Amino acid sequence: MAKITMIKAVTDALDEELARDEKVLVFGEDVGNNGGVFRATEGLQAKYGDKRVFDTPLAESGIIGLANGLATQGWRPVPEIQFMGFIMEAIDEIAGQMARQRFRHAGSRKAPITIRSPFGGGVHAIELHSDNLEGLVAQVPGLRVVIPSDPYDAKGLLASSIRSDDPVFFLEHMRVYRSFRQEVPDESYTVPLDKAAVKREGSDVTIISYGYMVRESLNAAEDLAKEGINAEVLDLRTVSPLDEETILNEVKKTGRVVLVQEAQKQAGVMGSVAALIAEDAILSLEAPIARVSAPDTPYPCSDAEGAWLPNKDDIIAAVKKTVNF
Amino acid sequence: MKKLDFESLKHNPEYEVLQVLGTDGKVVNEDLMPDLTDDQLVDLFKQMIWSRLVGDQTAKLSRQGRLGFFAPTAGEEASQMGSNFAMTKDDFLLGAYRDVPQLIKHGLSLAKGFMWSKGHYNANDYPEELNALPPQIIIGAQYVQTAGVALGIKLNGDKKVAYTYTGDGGTSQGDFYEGINFAGAYQAPAVFFVQNNGYAISVPRKLQTAAPTLAQKGVAAGIPSIVVDGMDALAVYAAAKQARDYAVEGNGPVIIETLTYRYGPHTLSGDDPTRYRTKEEEDEWHAKDPLVRMRKFLTDKGLWDDAKEEAYNAEVAKEIDDAIKEVESQPAQKASDFLKFEFVDTPGAIQREIDEYKEKEAK
Repeated sequence: MAKITMIKAVTDALDEELARDEKVLVFGEDVGNNGGVFRATEGLQAKYGDKRVFDTPLAESGIIGLANGLATQGWRPVPEIQFMGFIMEAIDEIAGQMARQRFRHAGSRKAPITIRSPFGGGVHAIELHSDNLEGLVAQVPGLRVVIPSDPYDAKGLLASSIRSDDPVFFLEHMRVYRSFRQEVPDESYTVPLDKAAVKREGSDVTIISYGYMVRESLNAAEDLAKEGINAEVLDLRTVSPLDEETILNEVKKTGRVVLVQEAQKQAGVMGSVAALIAEDAILSLEAPIARVSAPDTPYPCSDAEGAWLPNKDDIIAAVKKTVNF
Repeated sequence: MKKLDFESLKHNPEYEVLQVLGTDGKVVNEDLMPDLTDDQLVDLFKQMIWSRLVGDQTAKLSRQGRLGFFAPTAGEEASQMGSNFAMTKDDFLLGAYRDVPQLIKHGLSLAKGFMWSKGHYNANDYPEELNALPPQIIIGAQYVQTAGVALGIKLNGDKKVAYTYTGDGGTSQGDFYEGINFAGAYQAPAVFFVQNNGYAISVPRKLQTAAPTLAQKGVAAGIPSIVVDGMDALAVYAAAKQARDYAVEGNGPVIIETLTYRYGPHTLSGDDPTRYRTKEEEDEWHAKDPLVRMRKFLTDKGLWDDAKEEAYNAEVAKEIDDAIKEVESQPAQKASDFLKFEFVDTPGAIQREIDEYKEKEAK
């Protein structure tokens, strides 16, 4: 057991899966000798060779096309898209091709591919690096979208994603990469896909979140506890398809819900979560569903992130409004 | 057969259009004459006849509403069957929507080919040993995927190739360039075919690019490229066979442009070629018909005659009848099945939908 950052947890998971399964391939722009622009693949090419961990030409559609082709020959590709804002270049190979492989073959083929990609705000990155585009890929049938919020989940969820015979879009929030450390087992382990996790038990209200916003939600819950409001924090972890059972059970337990995402209100996945609750748990609600999200504009200029990104105070305000309804 | 100098073709392509058979069925280039036995020559010609007959029948059945989507192939038999004939069953085929004939000759049943036209999920329920992807609708996607298949073959150390097809219009896509460039960068065993039939629906080839040939786009990827008479099955076969051998030997990919023509419309979904083609132009290409010259060549060699052709036509008619019967006996498609096909490990939310649809379907 050691206290490590999420970026180290990602590297460890890749290392362990490369060692465990000789069919795992890691590739993308600068992931080889350079070890990745965030050092997520640091040391892996030296350890496993340039046939297992390699660089690609600078072309995102080519990278995911490569993954789709490699999968037909029995490989288990783990490609990287350098920043999620660049997926538009590859959206056909992701949504039009990879996600449909099993379906279009009537179950006779599979696409065991895990696309890794950093995203998320609060690190003052330049345009189209931080955009929260998980809502786009979450709308693609056949694709799992996984977003860990801490080092422990990151390692276990990435291992599960790579071992899955279905395609996974694995999103790594840049602000979580090195902002805190957590106790993580040295040995390999998995965290189940399709399962949300209660990160803080509570009885008054359920805050549902994912990615970096889980940290803000946990911090908000600590502050709220001092005022006598006992908030539960549910981390979706797999944002598509949703863990409907857990979401509905937790909401029915507290009767109040605040949905928190970093994405714009019209984006992300909380519109779907709200619809699910409205369809299947509305009679358990003591107050309307509240949503915390970013304004409906393109992602802001980096110096304006503080004014634009949702934060702990926004969550506290939404919880109070819900509790006092 | 004289060896093509692929290395010199990488950076300094000479675009002499490769031809073996003249329009009169006489060999015009002995040097390039492929080493095929009499049986193989007859077999190749039979595949071309088969493709023409199946295409004609598919068009009829589609117009009757018994089949669905169809992109006519008449005129392209030399390009399609000649190239496919150079490949082995181990090679991996990534065709586009017009390349169903190659897929069937590569191992898919005719019935499944028809099911693909009709829109039934069993069409793409592929047997384990079929090395192919279903016909690609997104123009260019098959090119980037071919680079991946070829790299996978190379990493596995297998002695085979990935081969793919697009049309003249498809060479304008980003994925076209990314595909040949990735395959070149990894020196992966791929053969890329560009079937230049002069039109992308109604848009003439000259509006796609100012480049005088489509093959020369290979220069941008640093890979060898050649241009072939796409109405000449022996020339297409010779070029494809040599490209395959070159790629299998570990030299990297090759791009081959076949100059061809489709007699019919772009697809049967409402395209009217008289809006953009002249009768004179069509007549000019009919005079180059790939079946006519191959038939003449084989007849001159004493390998083919009218009786053989009649017998073979009857054989194909029977094959088509049997396939259609199989298509029409397929089970009705259910939403719950589609949901089951979606994931290997079905998530809870999807299982919930499966249960809901099953309940609805049981009523």
